[in-house]
Amino acid sequence: MTFRKYLVLAGITLFAATGDSLLSHGMKQVGSISLTHWTSVIFAVLNPSVALGILLLLGFFISYTTALSWADLTYVLPASSLGYVLLALIAKFFLHEHVSTMRWFGIALISSGVGFVTQGPALTPRNRGKSANSLGTRTLP
Amino acid sequence: MKDAYTWGAILVIVLASSTGDVLLSRAMKQIGDVGKYSRRAGLLAVVSRVVRNPFFLFGLVTMTLAFYSLLFALSWADVSLVGPASASLTFVANAIAGKIFLHEQVDHRRWMAALMVAGGVALLAG
Repeated sequence: MTFRKYLVLAGITLFAATGDSLLSHGMKQVGSISLTHWTSVIFAVLNPSVALGILLLLGFFISYTTALSWADLTYVLPASSLGYVLLALIAKFFLHEHVSTMRWFGIALISSGVGFVTQGPALTPRNRGKSANSLGTRTLP
Repeated sequence: MKDAYTWGAILVIVLASSTGDVLLSRAMKQIGDVGKYSRRAGLLAVVSRVVRNPFFLFGLVTMTLAFYSLLFALSWADVSLVGPASASLTFVANAIAGKIFLHEQVDHRRWMAALMVAGGVALLAG
């Protein structure tokens, strides 16, 4: 794991948390959508907050697929879950929601889980014993 | 009634996003380290290779389904319920799916991490 790779994991965290917050803010403005008028969900993306949220989630998607190209799914997901901690902090300091003791405990649990998984290997070793056709020696068109 | 809708949407989010995660992971493992690849062949070559991968495209479809279910759920319930509930269930679903479908080495460390994160996210909802 290089510094650049940790930067990509940080990007996943940041983009996901800020994107989700904006999406939530925008959907509150749009209001409840009934299943009989389900098409209005398509126009929900025209709300500025939802649109900006989608843009940030696009950034999330790019960093996420990049991380998946060199690390296991079961590594990337926990490793980038500090976003939920960030989401709680955004809720407290920007949206002025009350963060209870239970939530702080949840934040501590997530953070320890992240610390736990990042200590281990990022990628499951493949094709041990075979020299050709491993992921590292793939020939490109 | 709204509760049933909300949990139905959460279930769709969990199933669709873990399917999407597995497919995307499969696609990106086929393509290989995009950092190394783009230094060698250029960014455009990477993008064109990614968007032509069938696993990636199918993953994108299921991710879109998850995204729209999320929009529905957010219009029915608070983000502090929908976000943590769908995320914590997705963590556990992905640990299982990663082991079964991607043959990843989900050791004690990763199980613990997945459960700790899922538990922590569930506590955030409380």
